[in-house]
Parts: sequence; structure tokens; C-alpha cells
Amino acid sequence: MTDKHLSTQFDAELSGISTRVLEMGGLVEAQVAQAVQALGDFSAESADEVLAREGRVNTMEIEIDKDLSTIIARRQPTARDLRLLIAISKSIANLERVGDEAARIARTVQRLVSGGVSSRLRLPMSDLAYEAELAIAQLRKSLDAFARLDVERALDVLKHDDEIDKEFDGLLRKLITYMMEDPRTISSSIDLVFVAKAIERVGDHAKNLAEVVIYVVKGQDVRHNTPEAVETMVR
Amino acid sequence: MDAKIATPVGERAKLSVRNLNFFYGSFHALKNINLDIPEKKVTAFIGPSGCGKSTLLRTLNRMFELYPEQRAEGQILLDGEDVLASKDDVSLIRAKIGMVFQKPTPFPMSIYDNIAFGVRLFETLPRVEMDERVEWALKKAALWTEVKDKLNQSGSGLSGGQQQRLCIARGIAIKPEVLLLDEPCSALDPISTGKIEELIHELKSDYTVAIVTHNMQQAARCSDYTAYMYLGDLIEFGPTAELFMKPKRKDTEDYITGRFG
Repeated sequence: MTDKHLSTQFDAELSGISTRVLEMGGLVEAQVAQAVQALGDFSAESADEVLAREGRVNTMEIEIDKDLSTIIARRQPTARDLRLLIAISKSIANLERVGDEAARIARTVQRLVSGGVSSRLRLPMSDLAYEAELAIAQLRKSLDAFARLDVERALDVLKHDDEIDKEFDGLLRKLITYMMEDPRTISSSIDLVFVAKAIERVGDHAKNLAEVVIYVVKGQDVRHNTPEAVETMVR
Repeated sequence: MDAKIATPVGERAKLSVRNLNFFYGSFHALKNINLDIPEKKVTAFIGPSGCGKSTLLRTLNRMFELYPEQRAEGQILLDGEDVLASKDDVSLIRAKIGMVFQKPTPFPMSIYDNIAFGVRLFETLPRVEMDERVEWALKKAALWTEVKDKLNQSGSGLSGGQQQRLCIARGIAIKPEVLLLDEPCSALDPISTGKIEELIHELKSDYTVAIVTHNMQQAARCSDYTAYMYLGDLIEFGPTAELFMKPKRKDTEDYITGRFG
């Protein structure tokens, strides 16, 4: 928000809450990265750390929600201020879900390690790491778009969402092949299917975040449209 | 605003304002206003002090003619008939387009006569029918239960909120087609304001209502359409939900979000 309200206190409240959303975004992004890293390293300790920080994510969502209610009650915001606050409410729900996906991956790592699955077992770890890289990049880009209220960047997120979906489909096919070739990998392969799905969901949340950025700036609800349709809607 | 006329889609225009210019002496207070006020809807006018919203309202029923140095140019069409050019007695126009002011203005007479006074100017009713009309107007204005046992007491003995509802009852008793409300709640407490707003909502099933308000939340709460004016220009006019959620003009957005400086 470049131009200022008559009330500097209102400006401070809005920029304060936006900053906290970005902090929360940074935290869940780190959570996903560490959970995926823990999987690559077969590190139960690293997965434990992710789960230990999960509570912090949940607390942040609740705190931001509380501040949102306060601002709405006290300021009765309209137009883009109101759109921003609605967007924040949706964004933090999505970010909290990203945190949940990170925790899900971390719990899978714990199970694999405690179940004695060998890290030497032939599994498509590098493909998973690549899918995660894409999803994290999308999440970062959507947070960036939120920070700058940058519609172009948000559109870019929408355009790249299907890459993660394709990567997930490829991974699924690969894991099915592994399971057919070597039934000993079935149990751990199924775990990895869920991890791949969790990563794909992170990408979806990033996309939701990008959509609310467009809502704040343009006032248009672009959900459930193809990226091409969204592009024509906002131009 | 664009030269094109601001006409709400799918509504019938009760009042059509065309190329309206208004002058206080040499001061140009309304600049070529074009808009349609839809029938049986509430239209709110908002904008900072001096934007012309009250002036516009006062033009709609020629209230400004009380002052010789003020003049209006253009047309104000009530169902197609030009109010400004009309040769009819202005009191006939004002019987069709009633007005309630910022400060409650009860007449120094009984509650009953406050209502009956205006009716007697236009109709000769038998006592029973007059009683019915007074009761009907007071009920419409949500005041009946509070005053039904003291109709012969002075109207000025009522609270501010009750007085304002009395003025609204007086306004509707002569069965106007349009009701103009100029800041009707600015002197009232929140409860009285809530009652008036509820009343405005009720009234629109029978009347076309135009309201000027400084309170943007009030416009957001009780109007169907909102017009934002600034320095005598109509800046934006549209459905209230749209104007408060996603205004088309940045000027409007700056004003309603409190960025106006």
C-alpha cells in the first residue's frame, strides 16, 4: 500500500499484519524444505525438528486471525483494505495447510527411519527433491507476489502450477513401476506417493495464494479458471 | 465522471437528473450532473463536505428556491416530467418529493397535528380517516407504540430520535413518491440511528428514497445504490455492494478507505 490513510495507526496495523503473514510464509517454506531434506538424508532428528516447529505455525495462524478480527471490528475497512484482510484470512489458512503438509512429510520420514527402511533402497529420491524444488519456488514466488501486490508474479505462479502436477504424475508412474519390479519396495513406495502428493498440495496452496493476490489488486475472483482465462480477466 | 448517464442496469428511473448545473451566485456548485435514481430503491449520496451532495438533494424538490441568489440549470425528470420547469405550485412538487432534514424539525404542535398538518393542505379527510392516516404514518415510521398514548402532547417533548421519526412520519403521511433524507441520523444516537435505518429499509417497498450521509458505513448498510461526489462532480455511481468492495475509480477508493487527504 503506497498511499497512506488519514489514520497512520491503521496503516501501521495493515502493514504489521502483512509482515506477519510473510513471516508465517517464510516459516512454512522452511518447514517444507527441511522436511524434504530430512527425507533425502533419512534424518529422523531433522524430521523431529520440523514437527517441533509445527506448533509455532499453528500459533501464528491463530494470532494473525485474532488481529484480523480486531482490525475489522475497529476499522470497518472497505474496498481494497477489506479485500486485503479477506485475502490475509484465506492466505494464512493456506499457509497453515502448507505447514501441515511439511509435518506429514516429516512424520513419513520418522516412520521410514524407525521402520528400518534402508536409504540404499532404490527409490526416486531425486525426482521427489525436484518436485519439492518446484513447489517451494512456487510458494516463494506467491509470497513475493503478496509482499509486492504484484499481479504479474501471481499470474506466473498460476502458469507454472501444472508443472508440479506433471511431475507428480511422472513420480506416480515411476513408483508403480518400482513396486511391480520389486514388491519389497511397496510399503516405502506408498509412503513416497503420499509425500509426492503432499508436495503437490504445497503447489496448490501456492496457487491459491497467488489467486488472492489478484483478488486484492484487481478485485476479481479468479478461482477455478485456467491460467489463460485468468490472464484475459485481469488485462 | 464520463459524459454518459449513470443509469443502474435493470431499474426503472424514478428521478432522472440531466445536465444539471447549480450555482450559488457565481459559485458553480454542481457540474453537469447526470444520473438516474431508481424507483423503490435507496440511493445514497456520499462525499466530503462541500461536494454538492446536499445541494443536489435540495435541487430535487426545488427546496433551493427559498433563496433568490441560487439557481439550477438542466432537467430533473420525475417520471419524465421536468420538476425544474414545472409551472405547478412547488408545494405540489414537494408533496410528491418529501424531505426530512438533518435536525429534527417538529412543528410546535401536538404529535397528532404534526402529522395531520401536511395532510390537511392536500386532502380533506373525515376525522376517522385522518385518525387512520396518522396511525398509519406513525406505524410506518416505527413510532406508533411509543407515542400512541400521548398523541395530544407536544412533538418537541420527544427524544431526538423520536422527533426524527416523527418528521419521517410527517413526510410519508401525505404519501409522497420520493423521500429525500438529508443526513437524517447525524444528530442521533446509535439505537435511534438503527431504527431509522431499519425504517429506510421498510420504506423502500413503497417509496423511492434518496439519502445524503456523511457516514459511509450508513450508506453501505442501508442503500442499494451509492453516488460518490467531489467538488460538484459526480465521480462514481453504482450498486452499493460494488462501490464499497471494488470501486471503479481510484478517487472513490481513496475516499471510502479513508485515504482522502
